Amino acid sequence: MKPKTGTRIAQYIALGAYIIFLGFPLLWLFSTAFKSPPELTKLIPTILPVNWTLENFHIAFGQSNLFLALRNSFIVATATAIITTLISAPASYVLARSRSRVRTVSIGWILVSQVFPFVLIVIPVFILLKNLGLINTLVGVILVYVVWALPFTLWMLQSYIAAIPRELEEAAETDGASRAVVLWRIIFPLLAPGVVATIMFSFISAWNEFFFALVIIQDPALETAPLLLARYVGAEGLVNLGPLAATALITTLPSLLVFAIIQRKLVSGLLAGSIKG
Amino acid sequence: MAQNPVALARPRRRQSELRAPASNSRGMWLLLVPSLIPVVVFSVYPLVNGVWLGFTDARAGRNVQFSFNGFDNYVKMLKDELFWSSFQIGLVWAFSVTAIQFLLALGLALLLNSGLKLQWLARPLALVPWAMPSVIVAILWKLIYHPDAGILNGMLHSLGLITDSINWLGSFELALPAVIIVGVWAGMPQTTVTLLAALQGTPAELHEAASLDGAGAWRRFTAVTWPSIAPVAFAITALDFIWNFNSFGLVFVLTDGGPGGRTLLPMLFAYQRAFGNGEFGYASALGNVMVIVILAILGLYLRRQLRSAARA
Repeated sequence: MKPKTGTRIAQYIALGAYIIFLGFPLLWLFSTAFKSPPELTKLIPTILPVNWTLENFHIAFGQSNLFLALRNSFIVATATAIITTLISAPASYVLARSRSRVRTVSIGWILVSQVFPFVLIVIPVFILLKNLGLINTLVGVILVYVVWALPFTLWMLQSYIAAIPRELEEAAETDGASRAVVLWRIIFPLLAPGVVATIMFSFISAWNEFFFALVIIQDPALETAPLLLARYVGAEGLVNLGPLAATALITTLPSLLVFAIIQRKLVSGLLAGSIKG
Repeated sequence: MAQNPVALARPRRRQSELRAPASNSRGMWLLLVPSLIPVVVFSVYPLVNGVWLGFTDARAGRNVQFSFNGFDNYVKMLKDELFWSSFQIGLVWAFSVTAIQFLLALGLALLLNSGLKLQWLARPLALVPWAMPSVIVAILWKLIYHPDAGILNGMLHSLGLITDSINWLGSFELALPAVIIVGVWAGMPQTTVTLLAALQGTPAELHEAASLDGAGAWRRFTAVTWPSIAPVAFAITALDFIWNFNSFGLVFVLTDGGPGGRTLLPMLFAYQRAFGNGEFGYASALGNVMVIVILAILGLYLRRQLRSAARA
């Protein structure tokens, strides 16, 4: 069925409005990052820079803290992604293959954990990390991020495992393969795409996280990129718009890059789980 | 492999589902333990402890003794003007963001599902805000709302609509609407993707049949599209409401609750109490009340939903 031309035109106008609403803030960040200081303070700014400049990036990287913050973010996100995937892969196998109470309890917990505001969790976590001597350390942040990413990664991985036909395992077992061999030789290779998606997802969520880092990290040398940016905005960022935009752009790139790669996978994982990252 | 007697007693299909790891429960626990321990230590235990702290006079600091004080925190809360205003702001914020987000996302999902061109641009754009750190989303919009250099004032100036720059995030009246728009922008992607997926699950034949029967676009929407996406719509609005009511980072960076507490969401208020004033007990009590508010609203929503489902 073909809609009338009038309807089509209205649909395109609406879609155009959505594209502007969603895309314009991104364009503005991009444009601000490449503008020179005099252009930034014009009363009526231009949408794109008149004279493109890399000056803001020089200033941004001139602050040694940005390098440090990006490095900290990278360490935290990589460690979180690897550890989360390593420990959730075996557990997700149990979730996918058993119809026992474990499954019900886990899913119940995943849902319940969504309802509780972080403030209820963060204070005991803060006290716990303090007692363990892990407050103000990247290890402390990683520990919390791993647990924080687990519900989604478990859910994502178990949906990948559930899609692998059980007959494959049964056939291998009939041929005399042990359970460990079955897991390692049959399940694991088939799970590879799911593992990649999970690693990338937990990387993004750790890279983007702010609240726990804000509470756990106090030393500027240990700041992750979102912390640096938040402090920058508070202190001087709204005076130095150009470097602020440049820093924000650099910080977003890894998430956007990874996101571009896993877009499709994330969507299917989301359909299975529908849990916010 | 030894068969579980309970499994044997069940019908055949159940039995085959229960095979493998479930029948080997020691192996199963071995697989579960690596994720179970961190979840219990850093998620279950803190949560239970957090609820308990809400009934104590705990304070920040080394080796501070604290004790159970019953409902003292809650009595104090009733007299705390900031509590009332922050929860009121939190509800206005959560309801507005969830509702606007849902309507806009539904519109976009319908457009994305109707075979228009420009999809290559619209689809990624509909997802990008989701991949961005909330801190950066806040910065993005601070650049737009900036009183002197922001594009919003710039556009209004060039159209001759204003002569003095408006301080969007610094104004008592405009700050909350301004942050609500940002909340909508940040949360729309996920709702759109979820609704789009539900729409794509609607059989096309139903639409064709309805349209052959002479049903107009609105009639097709109410009779065919809506019933098939309603359960998903219900679930995602409920989740969106929870997430929005518990939201923190976005508004923390945008306004830090200001001006004059006009955007002080409950989480920001609780954070200030906990890590600004060191009132761990009171902050946890605020968290407990947030849970109660959420559960109460979800309960009402669920009941209404069930009733309307029963009517249909």
